[in-house]
Amino acid sequence: MSEAQNSQRIADLQKEMAELQMSSSGARARMQELESEMLKLKGEAGENISWERVKLARHPKRPHSLDYIQRIAPDFIEIHGDRNYGDDAAIVCGFGTVAGEHVMIIGLQKGRDTKQKLLRNFGMPKPEGYRKALRAMELASKFGRPIVTLLDTPGAYPGIDAEERGQAQAIALNLREMARIESPLIVIVIGEGGSGGALALGIGNRVYMLENAVYSVISPESCAAIIYRDSSKGDVAAAALKITASDLSKLGLVDGIIPEPPGGAQEDYDRAAEFLQTALLSAIRELKGMTPEQLITQRCDKFRKMGSFFTE
Amino acid sequence: MSMDWFKSSKKVAKVSDEERHVRTEGLWVKCEGCRQVIWRKDLADTLNCCPKCDFHFKVDARTRLKYLLDDENWIEHDAGLESTDPLGFVDSKSYKSRLAGMQKALGMKDAVISVTGKLLGRTVNVCALELKFIGGSMGSVMGEKITRAIERSIKDRAPLIIVSASGGARMQEGAVSLMQLGKISASLMLLDRAKVPFISVLTDPTTGGTTASFAMLGDLNIGEPGALIGFAGPRVIEQTIRQKLPEGFQRSEFVRDHGFLDAVVKRSEMREFIDKSLTFFLGPAA
Repeated sequence: MSEAQNSQRIADLQKEMAELQMSSSGARARMQELESEMLKLKGEAGENISWERVKLARHPKRPHSLDYIQRIAPDFIEIHGDRNYGDDAAIVCGFGTVAGEHVMIIGLQKGRDTKQKLLRNFGMPKPEGYRKALRAMELASKFGRPIVTLLDTPGAYPGIDAEERGQAQAIALNLREMARIESPLIVIVIGEGGSGGALALGIGNRVYMLENAVYSVISPESCAAIIYRDSSKGDVAAAALKITASDLSKLGLVDGIIPEPPGGAQEDYDRAAEFLQTALLSAIRELKGMTPEQLITQRCDKFRKMGSFFTE
Repeated sequence: MSMDWFKSSKKVAKVSDEERHVRTEGLWVKCEGCRQVIWRKDLADTLNCCPKCDFHFKVDARTRLKYLLDDENWIEHDAGLESTDPLGFVDSKSYKSRLAGMQKALGMKDAVISVTGKLLGRTVNVCALELKFIGGSMGSVMGEKITRAIERSIKDRAPLIIVSASGGARMQEGAVSLMQLGKISASLMLLDRAKVPFISVLTDPTTGGTTASFAMLGDLNIGEPGALIGFAGPRVIEQTIRQKLPEGFQRSEFVRDHGFLDAVVKRSEMREFIDKSLTFFLGPAA
């Protein structure tokens, strides 16, 4: 196939994938077919797909949580603070209506310029951020409103103050308490899913990844520093760690992949937000009919099944 | 002129370096706490704590169970579970061969032993993590074994005790390891709902994903004295803030003083502390 044909086919595939997201679970098999064909096509270009994805997931122009929130919920109202210590700007919490649905939205927020980056602590939350997010989720749970979390962080902040205020305990508590939430919980990895810092908002009834998002137990650079004693070999480690959306889908750890506009989400914020909104709404509609107990059971069972082992 | 006279004409019998030294290795240990030299046999009588300064030495998972339980008549569960190497991970050697090496050296399939036994007459489920097995790291097998222990505790209504010694999630299983944090924590929600007690014992070291999941979710979180307990490892923090960390940072006492451990309890008093706690929750052992 010529390069032009190739990119035409990729565009077609992406269009069909976007449409499929609107239909329900029956379409998943077809979705995976399309995804694997697309991977093959892109593989023909001979890229290190994993590393390309890492670069796209961290692209300086990649839309952040607030870029999506503005587009999917123009009436968004932010709520602040963990009622305990402070307000962490690395996590944005609030509610709004997404195509008529009342939704609690929780987004990990990186900054764009230097000032914003410092304000958002480069998207690395401290314990008060996780506690604020839990408070927001419990609020939504109380009133039966669906919740969506948008994951995009290099990881939880590794600093003295974060340790002193119980970073590990804050993350642990979120993992346990998200399992107890009584309303639909939808998780979307929009950029970097940085280990426990991302998973702390990641226990959902549905977990999706954007096409170019990554989700990993350790950053490729840190992994490379450990195994090759060279943090510049992140590209090699990225491939070994299997961190792309299609990797996680094959491992059975995510429920679906949300397509991005050709070239990546940074090329067209509006379309990227459209795709995200479509997936979000179809998930909310699927889950809306379930009772609180059914939602809890489905969420726990889903994570219960994760893992891979021989039983002798 | 030759330099022959430098050369020794006599042949000296070769003595291996090993034989040059009197073999004392293994008989004495140096205390990491007070730098004193201790007769190893003495340590056995003090539960591997320094007789001079009470420094708590690391002990393996099996020894841990011996210290905690009444006798060795425990029932071990799920000992045959083994990792499938879901990523086909290769670093300096393949994960498969790393696992095989560990399994051979330590006589266990993965980094946790799960048993049902008696603690001062009370039936308890205990999971003890093995630090020597790839840093006590949590992959699929640990995730599944601990989850099964939780389910066993819910079913039998027997208290759960997890003794942690772990660097966190196992890198070689990637995101599959990461999800084990979620899997175990969600199961702990069910245990919490069932109102069955869970005691988390944190020993040196407990960091990363282990602390950021089950180790911090006990009804009681108990640390051994001087144990390193934290989310990020000290080196990572030092690199981030480019400063030396203060003395005692992330040690049990520090973590307790900042509000995240219920108590720091000596190894010699651990059994009684746990028994008293369980008696408070459930009444005396039947």
